[in-house]
Amino acid sequence: MSEIAAPPSSQTPIPSHADIFFAFVKITLSGFGGTLPWTRRMFVEQKRWMTAEQFNEDYALCQFLPGPNIVNFASVFGSRMRGPTGAMAAWSGFLLFPLAMMLVAGILYERYSDVEAVRRVLGGIAPAAAGLIIATVAKMAAPMFRKLGTAPFVLLATAFAIGLMRWPLLLVMLVLAPVSVALAWWTRR
Amino acid sequence: MKADGDILLTLAVQFAIMSLLALGGANAVVPEIHRQAVEMRGWMDERAFADMFAISQAAPGPNVMLVTLIGYHVAGVGGALVTTLAMCGPTAVLAHFLGRTWDRFKDAPWRMAVQAGLVPISVGLVGASAIVLTQAANHNWATAVITAVTAAFAYWSRLNPLWLIGIAGLVGLAGLV
Repeated sequence: MSEIAAPPSSQTPIPSHADIFFAFVKITLSGFGGTLPWTRRMFVEQKRWMTAEQFNEDYALCQFLPGPNIVNFASVFGSRMRGPTGAMAAWSGFLLFPLAMMLVAGILYERYSDVEAVRRVLGGIAPAAAGLIIATVAKMAAPMFRKLGTAPFVLLATAFAIGLMRWPLLLVMLVLAPVSVALAWWTRR
Repeated sequence: MKADGDILLTLAVQFAIMSLLALGGANAVVPEIHRQAVEMRGWMDERAFADMFAISQAAPGPNVMLVTLIGYHVAGVGGALVTTLAMCGPTAVLAHFLGRTWDRFKDAPWRMAVQAGLVPISVGLVGASAIVLTQAANHNWATAVITAVTAAFAYWSRLNPLWLIGIAGLVGLAGLV
């Protein structure tokens, strides 16, 4: 793939299924507030299972695919190393800890959500979590509004249809996705 | 016990469909989860939905684990497993197959048009999430202030978002909300 430098993956042995599984377990244990930087550090810099280029390309693909990016990344990586069973090892390693933790969170929530102190804390955190999403979307949208094109209109149409009108996602996507891709095709240079 | 087969099947089908429409990740399908769980099926009220989203943001691990909380609330442990697998399974299979062929089309014009066309939709979906969550979590001027201040800090400063979540939790605990 890369002719510039010898890819590290050719020098390091291909990780076993157990290696893959535990690598993703470890990522979820350390990934407080975003797993991407941890994944990159471990795979590219420490284990040298893939080059920086390969990481970027695989991650770009996973951002483009529907579904949780990092779960997709686990699947792509595992399948590249060890085929379908490698993908399953990566995927289950990734889900194990978060699933267990959220089950505990769910049990605690159902039991204690009516306790006054819990009620108050959640009453403060919930509007803050909404604020974080507003900031996220502002950061993502800003570059699109800075240049001329059809992207801002598609963005606003999507937010209007789903956020304000509360129309079903499937119907909105069936209409907007082809329209937006066609607009991108006609306005490409 | 409400964890009968019908509910589990409904959860499996709805979340599997959602996972394939989740352009841009889990935050993109928050409005659809809200529409199904709060508006259509009455599985929970606005407050519980806003709570669960907040917990999924504050907890370590990927945001997608919101669906685990929803599933547990609706149908216990079985529900949690079904929603999590339905949300993370189909796209992982898709990723497995596409990971092998995608590189071949790296410079194809249609691939660039598809990518360029889908990006504004995925950002628009996160925008819709912001609208839905702001409405679900806000019921007075104090919560509106928390939302606005958090958004401003998260946008203009490099502060770790967990600090903002923690401070907001303390403000809530102090009874200011």
